[in-house]
Amino acid sequence: MVMPYLSSRKFEPRLREIRFTVKRLRSSPLSLAGITIIAAFAIIAVLAPVLAPPADPSRPFNIPRDGFSSEPRPPSREHIFGTTEGQYDIYYGVIWGSRTAFVIGIVVVGASLLLGISAGSISGYYGGRIDNIIMRITDIVFAFPGLILAVAFAVALGRSMESVMLAITLVSWPTYARILRGDILQVKQETYVEASKTLGGSDYWIITRHILPNAIYPLFIVATLDIGSIVLLAAALSFLGIGVPLGYADWGQLINLARNWVVGPPHDPLKYWYTWAIPGAFILLFVLGWNLLGDAFRDILDPKIRRR
Amino acid sequence: MSGDLRSYIIRRLLMVIPVLFGVSILIFSVVQLFNPIERAALFIRSEREAANVEGIIRKYGLDQPIHIQYFTWLSEVLRGNLGWSKVVSKPVLDALVTFLPATAELTLYAAPITILLGIYLGKKAAVHKDKAIDHATRTLAIIGWSMPTFWLAIMLLAIFYGYFGGLFPPDRLSVEASIYVQSGKFIRYTGINTIDALLNGQLWIFVDALRHLVLPTLTLVVVQVALLMRVMRSSMLEALGQGYVVAARAKGLDLKTVIDKHAGRNAMIPVATLSGLLVSGMLSGVVITETVFNYKGVGWWFVRAASQLDIPSVLGFSIFAAVLFVITNLVVDLLYAYIDPRIRLT
Repeated sequence: MVMPYLSSRKFEPRLREIRFTVKRLRSSPLSLAGITIIAAFAIIAVLAPVLAPPADPSRPFNIPRDGFSSEPRPPSREHIFGTTEGQYDIYYGVIWGSRTAFVIGIVVVGASLLLGISAGSISGYYGGRIDNIIMRITDIVFAFPGLILAVAFAVALGRSMESVMLAITLVSWPTYARILRGDILQVKQETYVEASKTLGGSDYWIITRHILPNAIYPLFIVATLDIGSIVLLAAALSFLGIGVPLGYADWGQLINLARNWVVGPPHDPLKYWYTWAIPGAFILLFVLGWNLLGDAFRDILDPKIRRR
Repeated sequence: MSGDLRSYIIRRLLMVIPVLFGVSILIFSVVQLFNPIERAALFIRSEREAANVEGIIRKYGLDQPIHIQYFTWLSEVLRGNLGWSKVVSKPVLDALVTFLPATAELTLYAAPITILLGIYLGKKAAVHKDKAIDHATRTLAIIGWSMPTFWLAIMLLAIFYGYFGGLFPPDRLSVEASIYVQSGKFIRYTGINTIDALLNGQLWIFVDALRHLVLPTLTLVVVQVALLMRVMRSSMLEALGQGYVVAARAKGLDLKTVIDKHAGRNAMIPVATLSGLLVSGMLSGVVITETVFNYKGVGWWFVRAASQLDIPSVLGFSIFAAVLFVITNLVVDLLYAYIDPRIRLT
């Protein structure tokens, strides 16, 4: 028998909390700014083929070159953001670079979540020896500063878009496994899990139907908001020259190409500003958008200060 | 020392062993991604040996089964043989020792500034929650947190080296200073330029070294301080809401004492756990900062090695970073247990 007041939507606690969260988000100007920035980038990424039509539609991520000389050329009618070292078009690079950023962010978050959820739910639900083994594996990854391990992986895997994403995934999944494990340990104590066990529910049923739905939402939010820092890490790899291959549309790569042109000739020290200022501004804004949203969420979702 | 503290220390020390063992397995697995000739470079110790790769492959059994290879490799690593760094033409361990003082010098300035500034600003923001200073520091924190380290470094270089005509230059020393430092007249006590300059009584070298340190230090501080500030702020907010703070105020203690002595001290506890993260952040930070400013420390060497596929150096530095990080976390945990008795029992 379903008790009417429990099934009534108005009193559904999870829904009420989500409503409260949305209300708080809408009343926070910083989070609105974050959402606006992210939406703008999403539009740029989706409209990339219109904003910067590729010469060869089968390889849209290759930045077109206008000659081969090394000295960058300033913004002109033909190249509205100028060209960087090797005459790569900066405008084309930043527009398609937005798509690269989303691809990296979404693929890495998705893959890390998949790994993290599998490992974390097994670890948290079964406990004991398997839990111990999985947690020691996460300890090993945590023993390295993230950037350094990612560099080591990326060097070993070779220079490509796939190896950048794989390297970052290998570094970031343990965080999600740990978070989920912790949440599951709490949910596992609940009476409804006990009840399902008593009624003969299989482990798979209990994990997918009872435990995950009650433990996974905070993880999804944390992971989504990590897109900013993941893109930052990928940009750092490309900047160091161990990320995507030369000529691939990527913000970090464009700044790498600008490294010899940071300081211009003595009479005009900021002569080549467009080579590093424009791609850098794109990275900063993108990451800022995610972090603004993340910062608002952190305050709202932290139960200790949520309603203060 | 009480019994449970001793048993905690032993338990915590034992936990380090599986982690370091795992680190070695992880690094070894990365090594397996390369072909035997590239792997042979891990064992080479001199130019002479580099000429005889076949000999190395046979000598260290690189054509042997994998578990035997692992133990051969591990025993070499434990004896300090991390292979040959081709980018600087010396053994990896020597390269680490050569480049470490420069990085130590950089963090010697960056870390204390970051910690003091982060705690001060975080506290201020919490005490004046939702006031102008809170919004200002939080906005700065978010921007700092989102700032690509390499881009900040490049902008600082363009402005303070380019625009202001060489005010704060890249590299570690100017040409004249480095010639003097390498001459017989200058004694290298520590390898840390500013300290050696003072010990040698050469004030101009001290000033020269300091001018070269300004921009890399500033970069590291701006990027690191945001995290510290944010944690200090929320920790302080939590402390300010505690009963003992209300009680202290109710008894009539003045606000400053309550903030500094009661809330402030307790708010520091979560911040102290960040020391591990700070070390990790500094290590990642120097990799990028040193590269942009051409500041020849371990980070600069690591990136050069990575971009020229100098595998032994990349792995050697990764092992070094992991060991350093594991030891820092160990020390933090032990200090913690010493300060807070509750931790020993968990």
